[in-house]
Amino acid sequence: MIGDNLPALIVVIPLLGAVIAPLLGRGQGPWWLATVVCSTVLALSGLLLTRVLAHGTLSYALGGWVPPIGIEYRVDRLNALVLLIVAAISAVVTLYARLSVAKEIAPERLRFFYSAYLMCITGLLGITITGDAFNLYVLLEISSISTYILVALGRQPQALRASFNYLVLGTIGATFLLIGIGYLYLATGTLNMTDLAVRLGEMSHNRTVRSAFAFIIVGASLKLALFPLHAWLPNAYTYAPSAVTALLAATATKVGAYILLRFLFTIFGLELSFATLRADVVILLAASVAVIVGSLAAIRQDDVKRMLAYSSIAQIGYIALGIALVSVTGLSAGILHLFNHALMKAALFLALGCVAYRINSTNIRDLHGLARRMPWTFAAFTAGGLSLIGVPLTTGFISKWYLLRATIERGWWPLAIIIIVGSLLAVVYVWRVVEAAYFHPPAESAKAIHEAPAGLLLPTWALVLANVYFGIDTQLSVGTATAAARALLAAAGGTP
Amino acid sequence: MDWIGHYNYWIYVVLMMIGFYAVIAKPNLVKKVIGLGLFQTAAFLFYISIGMVDDGTAPIVWGHAVRYSNPLPHVLILTAIVVSVSTMAVALALVVAIHRAHGSIESNLIDGSPPKKHE
Repeated sequence: MIGDNLPALIVVIPLLGAVIAPLLGRGQGPWWLATVVCSTVLALSGLLLTRVLAHGTLSYALGGWVPPIGIEYRVDRLNALVLLIVAAISAVVTLYARLSVAKEIAPERLRFFYSAYLMCITGLLGITITGDAFNLYVLLEISSISTYILVALGRQPQALRASFNYLVLGTIGATFLLIGIGYLYLATGTLNMTDLAVRLGEMSHNRTVRSAFAFIIVGASLKLALFPLHAWLPNAYTYAPSAVTALLAATATKVGAYILLRFLFTIFGLELSFATLRADVVILLAASVAVIVGSLAAIRQDDVKRMLAYSSIAQIGYIALGIALVSVTGLSAGILHLFNHALMKAALFLALGCVAYRINSTNIRDLHGLARRMPWTFAAFTAGGLSLIGVPLTTGFISKWYLLRATIERGWWPLAIIIIVGSLLAVVYVWRVVEAAYFHPPAESAKAIHEAPAGLLLPTWALVLANVYFGIDTQLSVGTATAAARALLAAAGGTP
Repeated sequence: MDWIGHYNYWIYVVLMMIGFYAVIAKPNLVKKVIGLGLFQTAAFLFYISIGMVDDGTAPIVWGHAVRYSNPLPHVLILTAIVVSVSTMAVALALVVAIHRAHGSIESNLIDGSPPKKHE
């Protein structure tokens, strides 16, 4: 019975958790609930992925209403993988949150924090699993609104401004998506994604459909923070609580990329997206600029958290680059980087959260000589940094390797050069932190600083080890990503 | 082309652009929130318009009805209105909190000056 309702349970369990969390009082109750919920969801999404890999695409009629009239939850290889990413990262971050969040957020607000936290995860999982375009919009707003709350809970007063800016841009993006979906409904009379794909097949010259395409791609890119629509990201990441930054960097933008993939390939199809409207050219340009500009901006930052935020913009560029290559290798590289970047950025932000936990600052000047005081934390940061650069035996290398192969396959050398330059720039900004932490004498005030507690280090190292593991054993990540890319391209109308 | 007949689509676009302009151009945060509200409401007007069917009545089963309007966009937009209300609530709560922290809700005044210490 439970097996049949797996897709619904993955969304319903965190939703119920979000409602119950505020009722559990001021103690550790809400955290325990969040932990139980997130681990259950992780187990369920693992189960779902094995099931999809074994039996192919699953369709689930929500409430017993048969699609296309009812809302359909549709799980294929792509979203089963994204579900696993979201569930795994949120489970690890929840473990980390107990100490980190208790330090950064007032105790009377903790239960509301966990409520918003679970609501955010509900939304992200829901966007990923749903097969209904309007349902996607609603769940997008559920996750966005709870994200604004989470960002606003940051300790510094600037967090409020960051959250407000994010709210304005996020709402504009979501409304664009709403209008686009409305145009699609107007043109086709359906909201079910599979149905939309069938009916849009012969409508690539319809002006309404083309406007819908523009609205939806811009809306999704805002959510994804693809250059030049990234303005909300640096401040939101810098001022949000450490655990929230890790969660957002690893999951929210990945789900944004998923929305883009779903609409470009499954719904609009290759013919409309790339042959008629040449979205690949626009995205390639934006992504290339994102890689270079994001990396350059990252080098100039003194706040390490902000530096990592700009680096996220560059990494999103890599993901979009892979998507816009529209080949099996390119698409696999994009999906792979979606998975790998979630692992590396979460590890880096968690390691940085350990630093913030001890010294209440993430400014690079305050990190001088700290590696001797907090060796495990900085070892984790360095390992995450190596992965970000793309050193062999880390996940970063695998996705960059596939990305390079994809560009060379197409014979687009300038893009290959951009990828390499981006990696070299990553060396520069990661090195700045390493240099400050390892090669500068510690300040007098740093003498009293101790290693971060095990409650923070264990989740961080779990992710660091995952970074190394998936850099060596690539069967799960590469295998699933390639299969997902093949399926996407085949469903979208063959390899161009 | 029936330009006048589609007047509600024209109004939707004009309203949306007024809201968009307010969001971008007004420094006052409450005015930005109002602009955002207009922007979203314009999208609702669009959705409600697409449910219109010529000579259609309200979609309630009724013996004399010849045609019914399409109820689906209306139901969809009820959901979107709830979303919009929650966004407004969070936005206004943020504006109140910003006022407490900075003593102003004019974004041009807030962004330049360091925030007041609170708590």
